[in-house]
Amino acid sequence: MTYDVIVIGGGPAGLFSAAAAKGAGAKSVLVLERDKVTGGILNQCIHSGFGLHMFKEELTGPEYAERALEMLTNTGIEIKTDTMVLSINSDKVVTAMNPRDGYMELKANAIVLCMGCRERTAGAIGLAGDRPAGVFTAGAAQRLINVDGYMVGRKICILGSGDIGLIMARRIALEGGTVPAVFELMPYSGGLKRNIAQCLDDYGIPLHLSHTVTAVKGRDRVEGVWVSQVGADLKPIAGTEKLWECDALLLSVGLIPENELSREANAEIDQRTGGPIVYENRETSIPGIFAAGNVVHVHDLVDFASAEALIAGRAAAMFNKSEALKTVDVTAGDGVSYTVPQKIRPSNIEKCDVFFRIRSKYESAVIEIDNDEKIIELKRGHMTPGEMERVSITKAFLENTKSITIRVVEK
Amino acid sequence: MLDVLIIGCGIVGVAAAYELSRYNLKVTAVDRLNDIAGETTRANSGLIHAGFDPEPGTLMARLNVRGSELTRGLCEKLDIHYKQNGAFVVSFDQNDKAILEKLYRNGVENKVQGLEIISGDKAREMEPRLSQDVTYALNVPTAAIISPWDFAVALAETAARNGVNFSLGKDVTQIKAIDGGYSVTTSDGEIQTKAIVNAAGLYADEVHGYLQKPDFKITPSRGQYYLLDKTAGKAVSRTIFQCPNKFGKGIMVTPTVHGNLLIGPSSKNANNPDDAATDFQTLEHVWRVAEKSVTGLNKRENIRNFAGIRAITDIDDFIIREAKKDFYDLAGIKSPGLSAAPAIAEELIRMMEASGHKLSLKENFIDKRRVIRFRYCDAEKRAEIIRKNPTYGRIVCRCESITEGEILEAFNSPIPPTTVDGVKRRCHAGMGRCQGGFCSPRIIELIANHFNKTPQEVLKDREGSYIITGIKGVTK
Repeated sequence: MTYDVIVIGGGPAGLFSAAAAKGAGAKSVLVLERDKVTGGILNQCIHSGFGLHMFKEELTGPEYAERALEMLTNTGIEIKTDTMVLSINSDKVVTAMNPRDGYMELKANAIVLCMGCRERTAGAIGLAGDRPAGVFTAGAAQRLINVDGYMVGRKICILGSGDIGLIMARRIALEGGTVPAVFELMPYSGGLKRNIAQCLDDYGIPLHLSHTVTAVKGRDRVEGVWVSQVGADLKPIAGTEKLWECDALLLSVGLIPENELSREANAEIDQRTGGPIVYENRETSIPGIFAAGNVVHVHDLVDFASAEALIAGRAAAMFNKSEALKTVDVTAGDGVSYTVPQKIRPSNIEKCDVFFRIRSKYESAVIEIDNDEKIIELKRGHMTPGEMERVSITKAFLENTKSITIRVVEK
Repeated sequence: MLDVLIIGCGIVGVAAAYELSRYNLKVTAVDRLNDIAGETTRANSGLIHAGFDPEPGTLMARLNVRGSELTRGLCEKLDIHYKQNGAFVVSFDQNDKAILEKLYRNGVENKVQGLEIISGDKAREMEPRLSQDVTYALNVPTAAIISPWDFAVALAETAARNGVNFSLGKDVTQIKAIDGGYSVTTSDGEIQTKAIVNAAGLYADEVHGYLQKPDFKITPSRGQYYLLDKTAGKAVSRTIFQCPNKFGKGIMVTPTVHGNLLIGPSSKNANNPDDAATDFQTLEHVWRVAEKSVTGLNKRENIRNFAGIRAITDIDDFIIREAKKDFYDLAGIKSPGLSAAPAIAEELIRMMEASGHKLSLKENFIDKRRVIRFRYCDAEKRAEIIRKNPTYGRIVCRCESITEGEILEAFNSPIPPTTVDGVKRRCHAGMGRCQGGFCSPRIIELIANHFNKTPQEVLKDREGSYIITGIKGVTK
């Protein structure tokens, strides 16, 4: 059987994509989820702060996951959990398996990639020293504590002040553990401001900016971590090394969109985001394969990942065949690390939101959008790389150009 | 009383166990760790050396060439991935070229087939990522790669199926000569045996010393590595060595049999045999040296740094001998120890026969082993495997596509893994780019269920490497 739309991943992006595809007229929609339940990472995010944009109320992660799943009830959308997708190809054949249905080859008219992201590991950051038990990525620790009910240490240092790191600092404090400190390599935190206040300040947990863990100590179980101050070049400053005693180290050192399947299907990948290059409707370089959520780029809020999924799901339902349309490239200019989408086909839009991250912190700056004929200037106050920026671009602005550039200028 | 007690279950000990299990002998193998292959064997380059390197006439030269030949056949019989990927030793200047010529002559004398010295351009044609600075290369077509722990597990399991008793977590603390053999005191009782095989690796001098003053000393040497993601695994197809120096074979870049790229090792004395820590400066050095031979290496693809400890001695050869009546040293087994291990085991049999043992071959020796590695099966085979056993339909390790069925099968193997790292060595789960982030909670659960343990009791690796410190609602 050929499905109109197959969604790979049953996290928030997957569920919203499926709902949007069905809503836009897709008859047969299948969601494939590798975990035993849908909801993805939300199931372990038991704190609140989700849903303010999408559901207009503050929800916990599991509540948000439940609401998302409710959207799918009685819609005829098929969900297979405990199901691993092994490969996809540009003919849109999905190979998947689970213990019930066995090994399956499924055909789709359109695919939406919603595989989310994974955490950078000790290896990815070249963490030196011993390799004992007690070094966890923050997300893995979060799952162990919140879902399985296992504590991962008593005195736990955290490297990285991204949101997961901050939220885990609070969780450990609430679970009766102590957090001697959170260390951050950069001179600023990569997490949301509200999380620094609510997760560290409220619990008296110190944040050491421009510090990093240089080595782990402990042959079998973590006994401590060596921490150094870093200079402007982000390299440890000799003589500043200090041993912090602890029995565990959590790493919150970045997320990487999980695109092994996309790569295998030969979707073009943006080296900066780590996700596929997408058009305004989140179609990848392969016609009929779309992508949404953290598999494209790491979002600040699940609400934004969900909003992106609505775009992709709708487009997947309407996918017929691809025609060559005029395309405008969106270029990340000075001060901008990447944009999503990277390409816009003006005939498909009236208006298009472009999301991007900036490279460093600004107290007062101007965002410039340049189409070679004119520059739109948008005044902004405080901006940080931790918070996604968004600008809205009209069809008219794209009509006589092959590319537009977005940049940030300090003013 | 045992016929033979093997002390140490690294590659040398398990190869000896496998070889001894062909004969009608009562054999036990002990290791101080809770698993086999837990020390040097678990962390090395995974190379089956062709044999051009050791000085002609040494044990190392002879056993390397013979061992490599045996390894190939064993891998076939025991279902171990073996890939003859070939190797280059590259030179950057005239001095290096003289070394290549010496290695070539060594190799010819050691009876290594197919050696030739080729120009840098020719080498780059064969390996496009080779640096422009490479002037010549010694082409070694018979060099191969394997997974050292897969090999050790296969040998040990087959030995166990043939009657060898593996007793792990047993530390030998004393050896006394008694009538007709030895009495060995361990952390868990006393063992009487007619013969002892000292395959204690980093502790071989200590074990020898329980009986008589050792005439050799093991100096642990630490080698640090980078393991890169499979996305980097095709940077080179051959193992690329630089010219050896007094510290060993130098820093190489090689694909692994699992499809990753391995870079290393450094070579520095370790503070003690347990000191397998990595350090930033040394790793930086390894990277810089590797970049001399292969271009376009990307540190962002690193998924793991590790260090292995090798048993270097003050003697520039393996120490293989009957040190005392029926006490056999298989000691100082540094590189090419992995390649030589099956030949070292053959050598042990020869020594035992020379010492007067009349060894008789078993009639029903099991010499075949087949393992399901789901990730390497084709579609039809996968469908069939899941139909027969649905637990193969559930992926536990997402990065490497390792199924629950494979892990459960390992629990039912003759030497079941009891730790997360043990499962990793048997099934490859947790070897991928997320390094167990997703699967280790699931593996802890599977171990706890199978062995009827609490999750708190499940270890990552050695004693003391507990992962979970508490369980909600359970006070201890």
